[in-house]
Amino acid sequence: MVSENEVKHIGELADIGIDGEELVAFTHQFNVILEYFDILDRVSGEPAVASDLINVMRDDIVEPSLPRDAVLRNAGGQEDGFIKAPRVM
Amino acid sequence: MGYHEIRFEPDDRYNAFLTTCTRASHGDGRLAGVAVAVKDNISTQGIETTCASKILKGYVPPYDAHAVGLLKQAGAAIVGKTNMDEFGMGTTTENSAFGPTLNPSDTGRVPGGSSGGSAAAIAAGMVPLALGTDTGGSIRCPAAFCGIVGLKPTYGRVSRYGLIAYANSLEQIGPMGKTVSDVSSLMQVIAGYDRRDSTSRERPYAHTPSKEIKGLRIGIPEEYFGPGVDPGVTRVVRAAIGRLEELGATTKSCAIPSMDYALAAYYVTCTCEASSNLARFDGVRYGPAAETKKSWHDAYQDVRRAGFGLEVRRRIMLGTFALSSGYYGKYYAKAQVARENVKKDFAKIFSGVDVIAGPTMPTIAFRLGEKSDPLPMYLSDILTVPANLAGIPAISVPCGRSEGMPVGLQIMGRPFEDERVIDVAYAYEQAVN
Repeated sequence: MVSENEVKHIGELADIGIDGEELVAFTHQFNVILEYFDILDRVSGEPAVASDLINVMRDDIVEPSLPRDAVLRNAGGQEDGFIKAPRVM
Repeated sequence: MGYHEIRFEPDDRYNAFLTTCTRASHGDGRLAGVAVAVKDNISTQGIETTCASKILKGYVPPYDAHAVGLLKQAGAAIVGKTNMDEFGMGTTTENSAFGPTLNPSDTGRVPGGSSGGSAAAIAAGMVPLALGTDTGGSIRCPAAFCGIVGLKPTYGRVSRYGLIAYANSLEQIGPMGKTVSDVSSLMQVIAGYDRRDSTSRERPYAHTPSKEIKGLRIGIPEEYFGPGVDPGVTRVVRAAIGRLEELGATTKSCAIPSMDYALAAYYVTCTCEASSNLARFDGVRYGPAAETKKSWHDAYQDVRRAGFGLEVRRRIMLGTFALSSGYYGKYYAKAQVARENVKKDFAKIFSGVDVIAGPTMPTIAFRLGEKSDPLPMYLSDILTVPANLAGIPAISVPCGRSEGMPVGLQIMGRPFEDERVIDVAYAYEQAVN
């Protein structure tokens, strides 16, 4: 069982924003779903290292990209050709 | 290349479209002038693309998805963007921020999801072809519920470049249409290698459907006809498989033991991937703007609470939880082992049969509002998620009705044998029409 406090903590980690009323409903649904996920306890072993797959990289050379105007057009805030973000300090 | 234009003013009484292009331009090519609808999580340059989410309201992509670019090169007219469950998260199209799509066969019922708008637009005759995306059944489910044809291609066969990611290890763009031939011709256009998708494979599709299936070996998994499957659906699908036998195919019962936990593995995997993929929606680069005067945690929480619907927030949180310290081993790591087991089960079955057949969905289309709790909704994906976990091709083709509603026959094949599942669906379709 997960508690309301744990769900609140997860909400903060995910920057999802939960208020009090929602927290009760989310916690209940979480527990119903996680109880179903317990069926995975029947699965034994560790994930195998994929042997039939390879990483696909391109050469590290500069290639044409989208024009700055086109990229900035969808941003909420911009200044001097940069995207404006909330303050982090 | 010639430049032409078609007018597109459909009577959209089912809310199939989020955006329509009244005047749609097109060039020459094998799809010259054919109206094609595109699911709203596939980027279209200059046409608003929202994933049916408020958090992308007003977003106009500066580039085309690879599949959309190929459609344009083939002369198709992109006539609009279709409704869906927000970011592809749902089985009914009720999780759209812009209202549900209705099922053209019965407007009191859902069209299935998440590509419900694309399926309804085809079923209602508004367009002959559409693109959908399938993460856990999102092409096949609405195809079954609306009575049209939908193919989830082998993973890697169609580029995901420009598909707004939800669960990228599972999802594929795929063709939807009224007939198997339509779906096959759309697949010819969109399949092939693209260097901008690092999971893309050099496996173009140049097939013309053949109805010759004499000697074909069909596996019938007992799990696809279990107690959770509606008896009416079972009856219709068994009759359809009988028809394939009359055409010269043989059937053999088989088992997929990993079905016990495949659905749980699917939901752990897709929610974990969603929690990572959807972290980018914070109101900085696109969508409604974040308040830059606030601290970033507060600003992001405000945008994400207001912009994401309930199901999206639930899945992001479930995924964040399943990946968090102390729980990773219990959920994500186990889900990946389970996924390997699903692949192994399929490989074993496919060593003795050519395709696997069963129902696409365990029931007919739900009534609007019928599935209000998350878990019962998730459980309805049980027959479609195995193909996504294994990356194999799977098609849904209409095979009759139960209680007046369409039922889909699902055919799954070996990796990169999309041609074969197309042929089996075509053989069935030609025999009954």
